[in-house]
Amino acid sequence: MPEKTLVEAVRDAMDEEMARDENVFVVGEDVGQRGGVFRATVGLFDKYGGERVIDSPLAELSIVGVSIGAALYGMKPIAEIQFGDFIFPAMNQIVSEAAKMTYRSNGEWTVPMVIRAPYGGGIGGGLYHSQSIEAFFTHVPGLKVVIPSNPYDAKGLLKSAVRDPNPVIFMEPKKGYRLIRGEVPDEEFLVPIGPAKISRSGSDLSIFAYGMMHYYAMAAAEQLEKEGISAEVIDLRTLYPVDRQTILESVKRTGKALIVHEDNLTGGYGGEIAAIIAEHAFTDLDAPVRRLAGPDVPGVPFSHPMQEWFMVNEEKIADAARKLAQY
Amino acid sequence: MGLSSEIKKEMYWMMVLSRKLDERAWILHRQGKIAFHISGIGHEAAQVGAAYALKRGYDWVTPYYRDLALMVCLGLTPEEFMLSLMGKVGEPSSGSRQMPSHFGLRRANAVSHSAPVATQAPHAAGIGLAIKMKKEDKVVLTTIGEGSTSQGEWYEAVNWAAIHHLPVIFLVENNQYAISVPPEKQMAVPSSADKACGLGLPGETVDGTDVFAVYETIHRVIEKARSGGGPALIEARMYRITPHSSDDDDRTYRSKEEVDENKKKDPILLARTRLIEEGIITEQEADEMDKKAKDMVTEAVKRSEEAAYPNAEEASYPVYVEEVQHA
Ligand SMILES: Cc1ncc(C[n+]2csc(CCOP(=O)(O)OP(=O)(O)O)c2C)c(N)n1
Ligand SMILES: [Mg+2]
Repeated sequence: MPEKTLVEAVRDAMDEEMARDENVFVVGEDVGQRGGVFRATVGLFDKYGGERVIDSPLAELSIVGVSIGAALYGMKPIAEIQFGDFIFPAMNQIVSEAAKMTYRSNGEWTVPMVIRAPYGGGIGGGLYHSQSIEAFFTHVPGLKVVIPSNPYDAKGLLKSAVRDPNPVIFMEPKKGYRLIRGEVPDEEFLVPIGPAKISRSGSDLSIFAYGMMHYYAMAAAEQLEKEGISAEVIDLRTLYPVDRQTILESVKRTGKALIVHEDNLTGGYGGEIAAIIAEHAFTDLDAPVRRLAGPDVPGVPFSHPMQEWFMVNEEKIADAARKLAQY
Repeated sequence: MGLSSEIKKEMYWMMVLSRKLDERAWILHRQGKIAFHISGIGHEAAQVGAAYALKRGYDWVTPYYRDLALMVCLGLTPEEFMLSLMGKVGEPSSGSRQMPSHFGLRRANAVSHSAPVATQAPHAAGIGLAIKMKKEDKVVLTTIGEGSTSQGEWYEAVNWAAIHHLPVIFLVENNQYAISVPPEKQMAVPSSADKACGLGLPGETVDGTDVFAVYETIHRVIEKARSGGGPALIEARMYRITPHSSDDDDRTYRSKEEVDENKKKDPILLARTRLIEEGIITEQEADEMDKKAKDMVTEAVKRSEEAAYPNAEEASYPVYVEEVQHA
């Protein structure tokens, strides 16, 4: 099986979906000849032409708003937001329009589209090229929020997102674009939106993570194993709507839950997982639910030591897991 | 141009029917039978003129809340409008999930409208983009109030349409007010059509109280757009004869004298006088049309009062396309 990087898998997914369905098109800043600033659309312009790989004006609101219009007409847009940090101008179109269209029209109108956005820090991007944006969207019924952690899932989930009849926010861990490699079969496959995945079975505690933090959680679990601590790692993959069953079953097995994300702690996505566990698995718990998350500062600072202070990493996860295992 | 007498008469009828619906809504509100109405009184000529320039049911429309007469021309029935005022079953835009006048009519290619102003403009550009991609000869008409052309959303949409030469007609209904705020506080140009020159498309201002003048202008730009000539921006000028909505008290910001003076330019009066002068209808026929419209509205009110309210549980769906209940 060929090995691919995460960003190659993203590219391949778009390529295959564009080849499969002529209604699929890509739109965003620099996605054309340049192939995207992260090279996620490289080659698509040459293959499908400027009519289906559209260099948009530098305006996120209308990248999304125009895509919504095209979707209403029956097209399947894949809108790229260059950095998740710059999605906020499009917030009104995402929250007021894309998310609400099916409900507000009682199903008369639907918005089948994907919004791709690279997210996350640890790449020297400072406040405005590092943010995690998932919590803004996991609060919005009508959206689906998907974050892959590896090339196989990135390809399979993105292909599913393109075929999904609803608006899907597809967030890609940009630090993992080239760092995270994995086997991806050449044959056609899909990964369904919805189910979480048990990436590693364990018995002492459950670690819930997604995207880049899942990558670090797996590394931490390996380290812990050598110390005699058996960590189960759950890759949430679809944050909204979330797979409650897999979460609760895991907590039943291990009795302990560590939730990890790099987004700020307060109001972060981890709070929702903690609440699900507290409400539905209270009697299974042997320790308080623990959240490990980015600190409550407005953004990831640029200078290396300050950036590393912000970022959750393998060591911080292993440390938190050790303490929880010992509780 | 040559509109036949028959068509002119039909256009007048649409204006009269819309007016009678609108007037009845105000009465129902005063009677405490409905909670809210937002009125199109004074806008009928612009909307009927624009509607008749379309291939109705073939071309696409992204309307706004003031567009009752436009929607009536697109086939919204008196009963359907009354159902929306009362929040009853059978309301076609949203199954009564939305407030009245948040129009949308799938069978007429009229897209669901929301409340945040200007969000419909990028959708029109996206629909225009899709039409162009599919090499079809349809056009999109998108309407908006003059105050709402201050939104970035509107500028971005016009910009897109101009860059890509899309078959989109931007119709601004300038009724001299955005709730209480006059156009001078929205823009430094005398007409919103003057904004066109900065965005690279033709702009024109037309007397929005003259139904046939509006028809001719819009018909011309639509047919140009249909044959690949690109978008146009048209401002139709009229006066908002009623308060902004049933919740507004316009005596707090304008005088009764000003309103009375402008009532002399009531577009329905002007059309009636003109059609009688041209010998297309007689006084007696015009009176009969009034009566017929009133009777139709009375009948629609009766049927809507008899109609059922939705079950409360219907509020739980359809958040996602998978939950759409097909009748
Ligand atoms: C984004 C947003 N801000 C404020 C409002 C409240 N509001 C509704 S209509 C309106 C005035 C709109 O005026 P204009 O665009 O001239 O249209 P008109 O109502 O006169 O037809 C305002 C402020 C809104 N609906 N959306
Ligand atoms: Mg106005």
